[in-house]
Amino acid sequence: MTFEELERRAQHEWQALKESSVPLIQVGTATCGRSAGASAVVDALREALQKEAVPALIMEVGCIGLCFAEPLVTIHKPGRPAICYGHVNPERATQLVSEYLLKDNPLSDWALGTVGEGSVEGIPELFQIPVLKPQVRRILRNCGFIDPTNILHYVAQGGYTGLARALGMERQQIIDEIRRAGLRGRGGAGFPTWRKWQFCLEAPGEPKYVVCNADEGDPGAFMNRSLLESDPHSVLEGLLIDGYTIGAREGYIYCRAEYPLALERLHIALAQMREHGLVGENILGSGFSFDIHIKEGAGAFVCGEETALIASIEGRRGMPRPRPPFPATSGLWGRPTVINNVETLAGVSLILQKGAEWFAQYGSEKSKGTKTFALVGKVKRAGLIEVPLGITLREIVYGIGGGILGDKRFKAVQTGGPSGGCLPESLLDSPVDYESLTAAGSIMGSGGMVVMDEDTCMVDVARYFLDFTQKESCGECVPCRLGTKQMIDILTDITAGKGRVGDVELLQEVALAVKKGSLCGLGQTAPNPVLTTIRYFRDEYEAHEQGRCPSKVCKALIRYRIVPDKCKGCQICSRACPVGAISGERRQVHTIDAVKCIRCGVCLEVCPARFGAVECVTGQ
Amino acid sequence: MKTLSLTIDGVAVTAREGMSVLECALEAGIYIPHLCHHPDLKPVGVCRLCLVEIAGRGMTISCKTPVEEGMVVRTESPDIELARRVAVELLIVNHHADCLSCAKDGACKLQEIARHVGIEEERLQRLRRTTSTLPVDSSNPFFLRDPNRCVLCGICVRTCEEIVGASAIDYAFRGYATVISTLGNRPIVQSRCESCGECVARCPVGALVPRQERNPAREVRSICAYCGVGCGLYLGVRGNQVVRVRGAAESPVNRGRLCVKGRYGHAYIGHPERLTTPLIRRDGRFVEATWEEALDLVATRLAGYRGDQFAALTSARCTNEENYLLQKFTRAVMGTHNIDHCARL
Repeated sequence: MTFEELERRAQHEWQALKESSVPLIQVGTATCGRSAGASAVVDALREALQKEAVPALIMEVGCIGLCFAEPLVTIHKPGRPAICYGHVNPERATQLVSEYLLKDNPLSDWALGTVGEGSVEGIPELFQIPVLKPQVRRILRNCGFIDPTNILHYVAQGGYTGLARALGMERQQIIDEIRRAGLRGRGGAGFPTWRKWQFCLEAPGEPKYVVCNADEGDPGAFMNRSLLESDPHSVLEGLLIDGYTIGAREGYIYCRAEYPLALERLHIALAQMREHGLVGENILGSGFSFDIHIKEGAGAFVCGEETALIASIEGRRGMPRPRPPFPATSGLWGRPTVINNVETLAGVSLILQKGAEWFAQYGSEKSKGTKTFALVGKVKRAGLIEVPLGITLREIVYGIGGGILGDKRFKAVQTGGPSGGCLPESLLDSPVDYESLTAAGSIMGSGGMVVMDEDTCMVDVARYFLDFTQKESCGECVPCRLGTKQMIDILTDITAGKGRVGDVELLQEVALAVKKGSLCGLGQTAPNPVLTTIRYFRDEYEAHEQGRCPSKVCKALIRYRIVPDKCKGCQICSRACPVGAISGERRQVHTIDAVKCIRCGVCLEVCPARFGAVECVTGQ
Repeated sequence: MKTLSLTIDGVAVTAREGMSVLECALEAGIYIPHLCHHPDLKPVGVCRLCLVEIAGRGMTISCKTPVEEGMVVRTESPDIELARRVAVELLIVNHHADCLSCAKDGACKLQEIARHVGIEEERLQRLRRTTSTLPVDSSNPFFLRDPNRCVLCGICVRTCEEIVGASAIDYAFRGYATVISTLGNRPIVQSRCESCGECVARCPVGALVPRQERNPAREVRSICAYCGVGCGLYLGVRGNQVVRVRGAAESPVNRGRLCVKGRYGHAYIGHPERLTTPLIRRDGRFVEATWEEALDLVATRLAGYRGDQFAALTSARCTNEENYLLQKFTRAVMGTHNIDHCARL
């Protein structure tokens, strides 16, 4: 089949779907949707359709990224714009069938917005609601709107035209196109993609390899998983273009085994590519032959580091090695290898489909295009977002995220996963691009963005992230293995009220030594949470040294007490206390035994608000 | 080979192409602290102690940096000092510092580095110390593995892989829990380890130490008597007793390497039950005899056999020349091809 025939078939199928005489119900069943109960929603929809004998089509799609409103259901009724519903549970799903499909009542209270031409009274346009309006959805354009297990859906959106175009270009022309687009590595380091490709193209040695790094390991980050589950072909197309450009015949996708759905959808996508001649011998009759292997990672965080990833593919223990030589000259099996992140490859597909100028429309001078982030933590609207680079943190946290949960005070935002830095309120107006984040002591990272409110203790946060990187260190190089342990021991002491004079200076010293001395990116960035919290929240460290935890988080530094004037002796707290630390007769003022108390805070939670007799105090 | 000129700490030095900056410096008599480097092994750059600054490039590790013409190298700077000193201090506070009872005392690379960097007890006191004690693996009859003294330089792992080819040990677990271990974390004696002791000979600290070795008073150059390979070795001697054996690096046969027998199996040399003269069975009992008597007896008895009545089996403990002679004797004198060798069995 030629590509034109494939495109015709795809258009035909897509058109038929759009013009279908029966309603189309799309349910977001990526992992995020499933964990919110989307599978039960699909079952409920099927059952209701059967019971009411309503002809309709159910399609499982990926994730739009509105995690806060999962599970999401989008219903396309013929002749009307599609309506996207949030927080759908099985009962609501049944009602949607009986009310909207049968009676034409759109249940606008549950609707998030409409998609497509036309309007429905009382429902805004989906892409105009506050969480989506500031976003520019390019990488994620298909996510939640196409069937990720159907290659024709991707092709119908212009998919694989980038590959078809690339196959007619000179290799150098492709690299120049990527260079003009200004694409930089989305895995975190921001190295210009074209330069990596150029090095590999010029490197002597055959065969060459391309590798897609889908070993997303940052806690709270799910950009790559979501993209692979929702639109796997956009990544695979990029991998093919990558392979063609540097002259490789084989490519690997290194995806962690903890992403079973992403792996399943990759396997399906690959089988469909094979069926349509998009992978294998003589792709699209161009003479270019290329095969893709899917390698499952066993879950080591450090395997996201490119040299450790290579070791892992080769069957060795996933441990980084010093660079140079860089993988572009000596990578997989010692051959020239390009390793690109999932999102980078999706960007490559877009650049070849739409052109470098189109891609570079958005972004700042040195950071072009859009970037996806997993916006999580104490924001009202958590989710997977895509924004133009150069947008401010404030626009993300307050515009898209809707501000802080419970309208509490913003304290910090951490970018770049466990190795990123914690940026304070004073930096909220700085732009999100590679240079600005690095200057602020953080990193772009792969796109994790954790928002923290006033109830977060920054010393405890630093300890938490260090605990992660310390456990995930490969243990090979001295500064990382022992330095992260030393920092965590000091931080644990500080949060336990056992800090010593000079600990903050010692922390800084060890952190700098680890940053400067470590072998790989894990160790070089692991001290960032410590260094940035000291830089921006030093007062909290000092408070801990004086025995106070200002956020009242560190258990060793807080205690609960009952205010005698307010206590009515209702015994609610004494009954709720799990360790029997509260004593007091009925209608008598209660007291908390500080020795028995485990500082769980249950008494504070259960004390009726009208009394407010329990308080948490810190310090002397 | 091309000769290159570079400057290290203002000293002009020459180097051969392909050398690392560390090798070049050490050869020129300029010490750069290093723990995971070993001249027999490929560099891995994991101890992060051999830091240098190269003009135009910044700080890097010298063991993985090839020399280049005109390179300007500095071995000291505030950044190097900080990164190196902290790394060494961390190694020390995480190390069981019972130096006097350690077999490696005086020959320990960590001690050497600590002396170079300069350790202040006051600074060590600020750091948190580990209190964990891991069990010592004493399963091997020839050497002990003490993970508490291990600095995880990986020299043993690389020796086993690159030199011995056994790959009996590797890094296991992650983060601070990382140790050198066998497959399934079993005692070394249950692993593929051949007990050759090559790792023990290269361990820079006291993590791998021989069990029954004493420092010799003098050394005698010799050839291993176990097999026909003829490995060169040094017998470490006290009085008339062999207390240690080490490979002779200059021997072209083994280039310093030994197997388990050559290195550890030297007790037979002074053993009271060792045969020192030939024995002849007389009236059902072995009786000591001279070589002349024994050889005469053999020659006389062999004269009664010819052709396929005779077969000879030679030993791997004989040299090539001895084996050659026996096959010549078998074919030319005894008139048969019935000649074989124990190594074929």
